[in-house]
Amino acid sequence: MNLLNKFKDPELCLNILDQIKSEIQGEFRFMEVCGTHTVAIFQSGIRTLLPESIIHVSGPGCPVCVTHDREIASYLALAEKDLILATFGDLIKVPGPGGKNLKAAQAEGARIKIVYSAFDALKLALDHPQDKVVFLGVGFETTAPTVAATIKMAAEQGVRNFSVLSFHKLVPPALKALAADRDIQVDGLLLPGHVSTIIGLEPYRFLAEEYQVPSVIGGFEPLDILQAILIMIKQKNKGRPEVVNNYKRVVPDQGNAKAIETMYEVFRPADALWRGLGIIPGSGLAVAQRYEQFDAALVFDQELPQVDEIPGCKCGEVLKGLISPDQCPLFSTRCTPANPVGPCMVSTEGSCAAYHKYRL
Amino acid sequence: MCLAVPMEIMSIEDNVAHVEVGGVKNQVRLDIIDEPPQVGDFVIVHAGFALRRIDREEGLETLKLFQEGLGLELIK
Amino acid sequence: MPERIILDYGSGGKASQRLIKNLFMKHFANPGLNRMDDAALILDLQGPLSMSTDTFTVDPVFFPGGDIGSLAVHGTVNDVAMLGAVPKYISCAFILEEGLVMDDLERIVQSMARASSHAGVQIITGDTKVVPRGAVDKIFINTTGIGLVVADPAPSGHRAEPGDAILISGSMGDHGLAILSHRQGIAFETDVLSDSQALNHLILRLIREVGDIHVLRDPTRGGLATTLNEIAQQSDLEFIIDQELIPIKEAVEGGCSFLGLDPLYLANEGKFICILPESLATKALDIMRNDPAGQDAAFIGRVAEGRNGKVVLKTALGGHRLLDMLEGEQLPRIC
Repeated sequence: MNLLNKFKDPELCLNILDQIKSEIQGEFRFMEVCGTHTVAIFQSGIRTLLPESIIHVSGPGCPVCVTHDREIASYLALAEKDLILATFGDLIKVPGPGGKNLKAAQAEGARIKIVYSAFDALKLALDHPQDKVVFLGVGFETTAPTVAATIKMAAEQGVRNFSVLSFHKLVPPALKALAADRDIQVDGLLLPGHVSTIIGLEPYRFLAEEYQVPSVIGGFEPLDILQAILIMIKQKNKGRPEVVNNYKRVVPDQGNAKAIETMYEVFRPADALWRGLGIIPGSGLAVAQRYEQFDAALVFDQELPQVDEIPGCKCGEVLKGLISPDQCPLFSTRCTPANPVGPCMVSTEGSCAAYHKYRL
Repeated sequence: MCLAVPMEIMSIEDNVAHVEVGGVKNQVRLDIIDEPPQVGDFVIVHAGFALRRIDREEGLETLKLFQEGLGLELIK
Repeated sequence: MPERIILDYGSGGKASQRLIKNLFMKHFANPGLNRMDDAALILDLQGPLSMSTDTFTVDPVFFPGGDIGSLAVHGTVNDVAMLGAVPKYISCAFILEEGLVMDDLERIVQSMARASSHAGVQIITGDTKVVPRGAVDKIFINTTGIGLVVADPAPSGHRAEPGDAILISGSMGDHGLAILSHRQGIAFETDVLSDSQALNHLILRLIREVGDIHVLRDPTRGGLATTLNEIAQQSDLEFIIDQELIPIKEAVEGGCSFLGLDPLYLANEGKFICILPESLATKALDIMRNDPAGQDAAFIGRVAEGRNGKVVLKTALGGHRLLDMLEGEQLPRIC
């Protein structure tokens, strides 16, 4: 599709870059909320093309990174039971307390299967009627409806050996917590494109109205990202913060009502633990009572174990954009992608991993 | 945060669409997409589910908005 | 019921003899192997030799564009050839899982025979073990190869020099993607075939006709990115690669896009990196492109001094970033 390639076009991108350079006044600090943006900014080389006065910090937008130690400890404990744990590949290497991860659990005999879709986990349950299959539910509003739709299918088909351990999280409550934190100073927020496909524009309004932060929903191609940066800078210059949807080909202002409806039929809002941010009220999704036979936390009586914090790990401050990854004393010394201490180093989208992998 | 890619719909059976990207074929579920897509549409796909039909007109608008005065050739 | 491999075939007794005679000798027959001694007698190799060993485990055993048998021959033949050598002989050792279907084993053995005949090497010694069900996954094969080094000096990862051109012999990631498309849990359809092929004939032409080749290496596991890093570290120089110039099939890009993988880290089984003085690059590319094993050969970058030991990628936008080594295996991801 010709159109989509245009969003990678170097000539167009360099033109926007010129406009950014002529608009920028003083320092401009923006946070991209979404890890896919983090990686795209590094991978495309945008980071080395932006003027030095544009400072880019990575926020809490990688579901793997924000998965709390206690949640990791919980699914690692679950993996030791007599069941098949189906998971997205993203979680396999994430270290929990003591550095243990799903890969190590697998080496010890846990039955772990990597799936591409929650639906594939349901198929696994149908193919293995004698086994209990638990799907590890992580992800934001983009992913949660796909898991909800899968639970609905399981209910319709009367599947009895499938359940979901839900650690899903919601983005707007986390942004609210960030915006309200006085320590965090950003001039603009690059909002997550695919979460926005589901939730639309409305849930972000408070960012401009209450906190006066220029905020742009952006796509993931280089042109999308550069355009979003330009819009944020222009807003700051004019002193008129707004929430702008610059990813209209994929994000309808009103969101996707069907996905939201499916999500809230199967899940209910719950308080959730975020790495670095702590407990944020109403920022998680628990399985609703009507579907409780699919709630792995109930089926396996699974609670969140108490764990010690990882000593020295500054993932929390990195996730809030308070420090850059290389300001953490463990960065690239004790903490590397080979031996990650915190999830920000292990996730493909983690900001520490991106710094380590891509930065010159 | 959420890897999602555009794929073209080749055929649709019930709640499953056969999709293609660069000659790679896959199936995606249509359970949560709000507007039913047609064959030939591009949809944005995340974790095996189509999230939304890609709006070509809106895409063009976004490009145009930033192309004023550039004199570059737009999409045909 | 299909005939299956039973533990007796690995006993060393009569059952083993039958398997050797009816299967291995039938397909691999050559004067060296036919002697049936404990070891192979090699009379005709004098001078610097290149030797390499590799063990092959692949899931699935039969994949689009090849199987574990052809892969086991190509892999070792190519490794031997990367020293600027003509591979001559290989050994092969099988570890078979009890219950393996005999017809599948025969297909694999036939495929090995074809691959070695095409590569011009003889299988001159071997071994078979059968282990209980579950102890291995269907079949593991080890091959060791030996060949005569004809390049002087032999290419080596230490020999890259500032100003050298970096070439690759074709598109990246084909094998990795073809294998992934058949993995359980992430099945998708693609016409991409594994690129598994013997490279020794093309390598020999390059050595003979181009001459001064500094580095040859096949970017197998870990892909192009990892292999380039290995060479940059060995030579202690900076490699600058132009992303736009790396040939990657559209389908490989497509498959990688929704699985969240990077084609530069996918395995190749029939491609090589060639580093040589830039003045020889055009000639080398001509030879490669005129050979069926190198039709999509491309110039992808240069060797420089600066960030020594690192590989720097110039992106389509003209930005730069580090191209790091693969860490562990690439897994399909959603974020």
